[in-house]
Amino acid sequence: MKVELKNIHKTFGKVHANNNITLTIPAGTIQGILGENGAGKSTLMKILSGFIHADRGEICLDGAPVHIASPSDAIAHGIGMLHQDPLDFPPMTALDNFLLGHSGRFIPERGVIQHEFRRLAAEFDFSLTPDAYVDSITVGERQQLEIMRLLWLGARVLILDEPTTGISLPQKEKLFATLKKLAAQGMTIIFVSHKLEDVEFLCGRVAVLRQGELVGETQPPYLTDNLVEMMFGKAISFGGRTSFAPGKSVIALNKIALEDVRLQIRDVTLDVRAGEVIGLAGMEGSGQSTFLQACAGLIRPVHGRVRMDATDLTGRSHHVFKNKGVAYLPAARLEQGLVPGLNLTEHFVLAESTQGVFINRDQAIRLAQDRIKTFNIKGTPASPVESLSGGNQQRALLALLRTPLNLILLEHPTRGLDIESTMYIWGKLKERCAQGAAIIFISADLDEVLQYSDRILVFFAGQVSPPLDAASTSVEQLGQLIGGKGWETLS
Amino acid sequence: MQESGKNLLWRIGAVLLALGFVSLVLLAAGAPPLAAFTNIISGAFGSPGKFADVLVAFVPLLMATAGLLITFAAGLWNIGIEGQIMMGAIFTTGALRLFQGTDFPPGLAIALSIAAGMLGGALWAALAGALKTFGGVNEIFGGLGLNFVATAFSLWLIFGPWKRPGVASMSGTEPFDQALWLPQLPGFRLSLWALGLGIAAIVLVYFLLNGTYFGLRLKAVGKNVHAAYLLGIPTWQYMLAAFMLCGAFGGMAGSMQVVAVYHRLIPSISSGYGYLGLMVSMLVNYQAAWAAPVALFFAALNIGSIQLPIKLQLDSALSGVLQGVLVLFVLLGEGARQKWVKRGK
Repeated sequence: MKVELKNIHKTFGKVHANNNITLTIPAGTIQGILGENGAGKSTLMKILSGFIHADRGEICLDGAPVHIASPSDAIAHGIGMLHQDPLDFPPMTALDNFLLGHSGRFIPERGVIQHEFRRLAAEFDFSLTPDAYVDSITVGERQQLEIMRLLWLGARVLILDEPTTGISLPQKEKLFATLKKLAAQGMTIIFVSHKLEDVEFLCGRVAVLRQGELVGETQPPYLTDNLVEMMFGKAISFGGRTSFAPGKSVIALNKIALEDVRLQIRDVTLDVRAGEVIGLAGMEGSGQSTFLQACAGLIRPVHGRVRMDATDLTGRSHHVFKNKGVAYLPAARLEQGLVPGLNLTEHFVLAESTQGVFINRDQAIRLAQDRIKTFNIKGTPASPVESLSGGNQQRALLALLRTPLNLILLEHPTRGLDIESTMYIWGKLKERCAQGAAIIFISADLDEVLQYSDRILVFFAGQVSPPLDAASTSVEQLGQLIGGKGWETLS
Repeated sequence: MQESGKNLLWRIGAVLLALGFVSLVLLAAGAPPLAAFTNIISGAFGSPGKFADVLVAFVPLLMATAGLLITFAAGLWNIGIEGQIMMGAIFTTGALRLFQGTDFPPGLAIALSIAAGMLGGALWAALAGALKTFGGVNEIFGGLGLNFVATAFSLWLIFGPWKRPGVASMSGTEPFDQALWLPQLPGFRLSLWALGLGIAAIVLVYFLLNGTYFGLRLKAVGKNVHAAYLLGIPTWQYMLAAFMLCGAFGGMAGSMQVVAVYHRLIPSISSGYGYLGLMVSMLVNYQAAWAAPVALFFAALNIGSIQLPIKLQLDSALSGVLQGVLVLFVLLGEGARQKWVKRGK
């Protein structure tokens, strides 16, 4: 089926997530959609699959304009989306999952459907059994189940969002073989990814999005440098870099190994020194959050030791780390870092060490006024945190940091902030460095990583690069590493 | 100020709607609404004796509400409050049985028995808290289950080890000597001591939640556990503490039922004051300042509707209908207001 997106616009508040995107995908092709986090890929795919609606623009299927009101509407039109986290029901069997979303009779004909299930599994050489429970099978198998389900529901356009994250190599090969087979049958495949290698290998066409706009379309043969440049834009010139004189060791990681559902990180050794800034680069979900949380004591390493100040802190709780002068600022400010419903004054009181039983109101308000002024927060002591803008919430989080601190861990410290706020926040962080704190931060903005870091760790699917000297690393090099290329050249 | 003024208007609107709805229910049942309402009012405030009865019901309700405000602040639904009230009554009865017939000073015996009741409630609540914290059992299910256990336990005591000499009966255990009663106002069932304790409980909770570090931390845990943990608050310990404090106030309510009202252990001694306390907490939007007047209003509804069967051949369950409808409409009004505010933005 031929898919045409015409002049699609979508804004979220001030963010223009999709800005006039026009894209034609002929039937029987595998179309790659490339772009960094926040480029607008997911928004575009959610519009096509009915999860959200475009503000303006038109979708045509085989030349006929359609209105897609909901995901079930989308599947009725033959559009099925495979989400990065499979939308299935783990406590139920594969067959039950297969049945869901099927509008059949009140009592499903399980025998017939089971037969269908086995036929589809055999056709694509998937080793799925109908009565296996979904929570006992791998992410790759759940993906296969979801593909079968969508095909059975009549999908002729299949959207896959980052499908190669978290699955094994043989499963990836099987997935690619399946997709090629489907394309040969006339299906349209839309493959959303940030992995250059996968896209180059699989896709017959590639469209690149950046900051909500379609910046280019190419066909094979692909030039990697060309794709990287389209994804990240041209490198901008940096301000002067202040070289740091390494101080004493703040935190030392010795051969730590970390595991979560998707990723395994092995053998990371890192010694962070006072005054140093370390940037963690990589696509979202490549392991950098896990790593940062391990530095905060929020995740226990499965192997290796974490030391601070000659004390072994391996396996201790976050509060022990906190007492050693570690602060962790999560990416989701309002969901994880602040307490909606409490005002600024109450936050400052909570963050300070307590004196006595009763709160001294006057003193608390003076403290709040003082911090609001120092950190230039647009709000009053009585402002509930949820009423503040994103930039002011981030300033409030910084204002909550205790003094002194040894290590500040930040997830996307300037995401969604305007330039003024960004500069301000880095100014404050650099002050902390000058006072002897070390900083480890995650950012999706390569320029930010290069500009503010002394050393950089690149994450790709759980692989961690050795520390790179930021001064001698270019945006292109970083972009390639993030996309999984050029790792063999690293020592 | 303007914001809270608008808030109040929404609430008053919700209460009027609730009254209108109950009037419709009454009309459907063939009863005159106005007569029913005036009967409730005269039944609650018609004589000093009646008002004293309202205050007798007000005391345990206020104590249960005071406790529940603590668990609600920590974001917990302590449905187990009923069982905690019952355990308070059981522990108090047990302690009084020990003191009965000894030379122990009665005043001290009563004080210690109340303390025992608070301990019983706190321990029973700690069980619900431990089930949640360590066993991953949602406090609503854990609490509900423990309520049944507490009921069964009280029945076993009444018909087993603590049965009246001769014959066990639903009317409860053998009443205690009058020396072990909390002093009552002459001619009334009301004990000013109990009333004083109830008022002290809500005042204490008000200051705990609004003026102390403990209260602020508890609110942080209730509103965002994740952020509270990152801010350095030991979250599960605070939740457990909230359970135990609430249990202690619930236990105090149960204790009052024994030392100030029934002077013995009777079946279902908690009389639903725990569940009613949940409704009061919701109705006051979890603010301690409004708890006392609303609890008094609910107690008045309970007592006032007692005479409905005699006067109007209506079931006294009408007060329950009115209370439930009131809470539903206020919650509904709150939901509507939030939608309204969102749309306005």
